[in-house]
Amino acid sequence: MNGSSSNGMRRRSGKLTAETINMSHGGGGKAMRDLIEDVFLRSFDTQDFLALEDQARVDLSALTILGDRLALTTDSYVVDPIFFAGGDIGKLAVCGTVNDLAVGGAIALYLTCGFIIEEGFSVTDLRRIAISMKLAADAAGVKIITGDTKVVDRGAADKIFINTAGIGVIPQNINVGAQRAEPGDLVLINGFIGDHGAAIVGAREDLSIESDIESDCQPLNRLIESLLAVCPQVHCMRDATRGGIATVLNEFAISSRCCIKIDETAIPIRNEVRGMCEILGLDPLYLANEGKVVVILPREKASAALTAMRHDQAGVHSTIIGEVFNSPEEIVILKTAFGGERIVDMLVGDQLPRIC
Amino acid sequence: MKYVDEFRDPVLAKSLVREINELVEAIEFTRQRPIQIMEFCGGHTHTIFRYGIEQLLPKCIELVHGPGCPVCVLPMGRVDDCVSLAQRPEVIMTTFGDAMRVPGSKKSLLQAKADGADVRMVYSPLDALRLAHQNKNREVIFFALGFETTMPSTALTVLQAEADGVDNFSLFCNHITTVPIMNALLETPGMQLDGFVAPGHVSMVVGEKPFHFVAEKYKKPIVITGFEPLDILQSIWLVIKQIAEQRAEVENQYARVVASSGNLPALEAMDRVFELREFFEWRGLGTIEHSGIKIQNDYARFDAERKFPVPNVKIADPKSCQCGDVLKGVIKPWQCKVFAGSCTPETPMGALMVSSEGACAAYYNFGSLPELMALKLARQNQEALP
Repeated sequence: MNGSSSNGMRRRSGKLTAETINMSHGGGGKAMRDLIEDVFLRSFDTQDFLALEDQARVDLSALTILGDRLALTTDSYVVDPIFFAGGDIGKLAVCGTVNDLAVGGAIALYLTCGFIIEEGFSVTDLRRIAISMKLAADAAGVKIITGDTKVVDRGAADKIFINTAGIGVIPQNINVGAQRAEPGDLVLINGFIGDHGAAIVGAREDLSIESDIESDCQPLNRLIESLLAVCPQVHCMRDATRGGIATVLNEFAISSRCCIKIDETAIPIRNEVRGMCEILGLDPLYLANEGKVVVILPREKASAALTAMRHDQAGVHSTIIGEVFNSPEEIVILKTAFGGERIVDMLVGDQLPRIC
Repeated sequence: MKYVDEFRDPVLAKSLVREINELVEAIEFTRQRPIQIMEFCGGHTHTIFRYGIEQLLPKCIELVHGPGCPVCVLPMGRVDDCVSLAQRPEVIMTTFGDAMRVPGSKKSLLQAKADGADVRMVYSPLDALRLAHQNKNREVIFFALGFETTMPSTALTVLQAEADGVDNFSLFCNHITTVPIMNALLETPGMQLDGFVAPGHVSMVVGEKPFHFVAEKYKKPIVITGFEPLDILQSIWLVIKQIAEQRAEVENQYARVVASSGNLPALEAMDRVFELREFFEWRGLGTIEHSGIKIQNDYARFDAERKFPVPNVKIADPKSCQCGDVLKGVIKPWQCKVFAGSCTPETPMGALMVSSEGACAAYYNFGSLPELMALKLARQNQEALP
């Protein structure tokens, strides 16, 4: 991992003894090297990539076999609280970036990770986060191959922030884009919406709500690979994170200049999530997800796609939730369970702060 | 979900709509204009849009969306005052989430927070009091707003602060009361509302009695109503039935929650802590006598307006804004000159665009009338032109 450049041959492997992170762990000296070796390298899979160089080096020929376009994405994770039911900031940082690659049709391969750690942060928590990142990366079949660590003064950051960037390769026959929805297409989702947003709300101390809702934080790349295997013609695909499925559907409707109609009774929502939304006045359509993908594809492909999605553990509850129409352009309409219709617009502000 | 789905049953809704249609046919022969029913409360407005209730009703029934969203009717001057309090270095300003976005003449609390003020979102005034206990060297001010729905919790918090002997907690009190504003609406020249869907949560506190004047003096049917879609449909049916039978009474559709005498301990706490202001300004409606609430002299030490200097500026509503006419049912939200043009939820000019419970914001966000959508797009395109 960069920030340190000697090859590490002459010295013993680093061992971190401190209980909390202090400024010296970001200072570039021995303390930082111990942190990197003992916490990160121990957890991550970096041997083949010269991790202690200033960059990871990847064999190009191995990439070009997989497709004809390189996909690159980055995302920063500042979720508060950092540990929540069903996940933590580390798992989120891996799944989020893997999913950003996967929804573009890319085969996710490698991640980088940058940590910004507040002075005083617990080393035990940091180890827990690093291990969680490793487990998530293994589950997704990706490797974390380089990274960076900075420590900032108390108060200059809140506990820990993580940035991950990811690269992947898009196979030749895949062409997913928000502008590609066509009238007649169907809209699919891979399961219950709003779990992540509701889990974060449930974990916030200031609300003191008791709930068993777990975040849906999960990598979607394997699910998407099986979907694309039976339906390479997928038109639009996006993971419904901040802003929920309402935001993603609006983005599709605007980019494709079409109308998307969804059916409230068809949208899978857990009772617990509905209950929490009722109490707090939240709309589950806008609640964040961290393991849900909204897919728009040609109608005749829907049944094969559903079968493939339901076969994957991230898609057991996959279902059709709506349909694409010509007009009114750039509008998302919800057919309410009550029998009426309403527009589902983009959210103006945040429903809740810092959910991912 | 138990106790919720029962109140959203589409089959029951259909049969209610059928009965409303039957009643209305009899009335229609005797009148020229649509029947206008005002739902006073922003919570009702929200339900009406969220479930698309207007489209289920016959064309001859018009729902007029009233002034019952306390965030919407707060005048800009009061927001400016609140921002000025929040900017004092010793102050932690606390408030409900939807009050954070309300624009003042210069900035909202959200913007003041970004500029360095210590503004925190709470879910109850008791959370604000807890912050006062935790931050003894700071002054915690709770930006109190709302009708009688939220007044009891504010009053009880003040009483608790007194019992705890806390001296670093105060209220910036902007509570408003329901009856004077209904009265002002009913006194407006040209007022043609035919009946009211009365606020359920306010009634839960104040009971049925304060609404009797609507039926007795103004001869308008009024039905206290719950917040689920079937509640609202049933109340519309009850109002129409009164009109058909030429009755004007207070009826209580929300008896599962509202006792006819209200909530006596809540009323008692409010009575101890609060008193009426002589005048209070409403955004979009002007100054209304005895419509605002302030803190009694006995509790003056919990009154931020007496503890700290407050600029107390008056900011006139923008001239082009027609919120008043929308509130009175004279025009529909989309008939306002600035609707969806210069007035949108992102940059609200008028009161009713401010919160999601405001009539204009609700139309903007949820409306699916074809003419509304066409207008929205046309105005957006207009805005995009140089």
